[in-house]
Amino acid sequence: MTERTMNITLHVWRQDNPGKPGKFERYEATDISEHSSFLEMLDLVNEGLIKDGKDPFSYDHDCREGVCGMCGMVINGIPHGPQAATTTCQLHMRKFKNGDELWLEPWRAAGFPVIKDLVVDRDAFDRIIQAGGYITSRTGSAPDANGIAIDKKTADAAFDAAACIGCGACVAACPNASAMLFVSAKITHLGLLPQGQPERKDRARKMVAQADAEGFGGCTNHRECEAACPKEIKFANIARLNRDFIGAMIKAPDDVPKPQPVR
Amino acid sequence: MQQSLRLTDTSIGKKVAMAASGVILFGFAAGHLLGNLQVFKGAEAFNSYAEWLHAHPQVVYPTRILVLFSLGMHVWSAWTLWSRNSDARPTPYKKKQDLATNYAAQTMYATGPLFLAFVLFHLAHLTVSPEYGFMGLTEESPFANLVSGFQHWWIVAIYAVGVLCLGVHLRHGLWSMFQTIGASHPKYDRYRAWIANLFAFLITVGFLSIPAGVMANIVTL
Ligand code: SF4
Repeated sequence: MTERTMNITLHVWRQDNPGKPGKFERYEATDISEHSSFLEMLDLVNEGLIKDGKDPFSYDHDCREGVCGMCGMVINGIPHGPQAATTTCQLHMRKFKNGDELWLEPWRAAGFPVIKDLVVDRDAFDRIIQAGGYITSRTGSAPDANGIAIDKKTADAAFDAAACIGCGACVAACPNASAMLFVSAKITHLGLLPQGQPERKDRARKMVAQADAEGFGGCTNHRECEAACPKEIKFANIARLNRDFIGAMIKAPDDVPKPQPVR
Repeated sequence: MQQSLRLTDTSIGKKVAMAASGVILFGFAAGHLLGNLQVFKGAEAFNSYAEWLHAHPQVVYPTRILVLFSLGMHVWSAWTLWSRNSDARPTPYKKKQDLATNYAAQTMYATGPLFLAFVLFHLAHLTVSPEYGFMGLTEESPFANLVSGFQHWWIVAIYAVGVLCLGVHLRHGLWSMFQTIGASHPKYDRYRAWIANLFAFLITVGFLSIPAGVMANIVTL
């Protein structure tokens, strides 16, 4: 089998820090094997820049197996690029053709300030999880596996929601930079399971309040998040989030504090 | 002291306000349409319907207050959500591809204000003008006002644009309402779009049928 190679033109967003304005720089990626991954292609371009004594561009990555949630950039207007249900690191150059021109942009959201180039600060997601995306459990020896019986359908549905890797592509894709798909994945994951019940009411209120405080937008039901999500988290989860949230605001006995805006 | 969270502080709470007021406004539009379809029964039926409304301020005034209140709530929630959402992405994308959204969802902030502008025109046309005798309209026969109004092509055009805005707005709005209040179930989710599209279609066709009836000489003086 002969190996196809290709030349690609890149327009990469370069930005030194959150306070400075950024701009696109043009680079050429030449003789790229169709078997190389997208990130390998970027590495080759960066190697060339280093050889020429130039500053390589930064982008986030870690496991390169599609499970850690670190990688991600907007490639020609689609978060994680053109292949559905795939993280940037799992994207390969065979999806592209010789002569393609690619615009690489960071997730663009007030809640995700650019640290450098294509790298954004996603601490906001950690703070949303800290606000309510947890369960209380007894410490000490590990409980018996399957000690609490959960029917297969429920376990599967909870697992589907738990597949969220916190990459932030939903925010990047949303016309309002809303984080509701991310929040709803955790709400669904924990809300379906018996272990998640004690904090269920507070969870919805605290996580939504934190997402608002982080400066993410509100959901206006465009469904762009669901289409961009590499883990196929479902839009229906947002309805479940709304249900839990509204129910808790009406019925829950205790008030939860209103968080201060983060920025 | 730290404040506690109120429903209206939150983005979802504002959407609930949007959905609740939207449903009331939709209900008013549906009632208004059903009443006005009397026009096809002829001048007498339509004028006596109008007279009945005049004779029952105990129905008309509470309705007006409810509609005004809902309109205020709808505009307030739209405005606050819009400003939050536009702040949420300070730097726009150079390239952005849409994968799932549709024209109705993308034009909500255009169809809403346009329809509101149409409503003001509509009130000026059929409520204020007869009082002052503009355009030859009188207070005697609402039926005659309606028929003579739709003799002018530009009035028909304004009505058509206004009603189409409402229809497109309802298409996304009604569907969104289900999602916002959390009405979702894998078995029934596809019916949400059907119901929204059906009602948006009925309202659009219903309202357009009135000027169309006049132009086709089905509704005549
Ligand atoms: S919901 Fe999907 S797109 Fe959003 S953070 Fe989780 S995995 Fe990423």
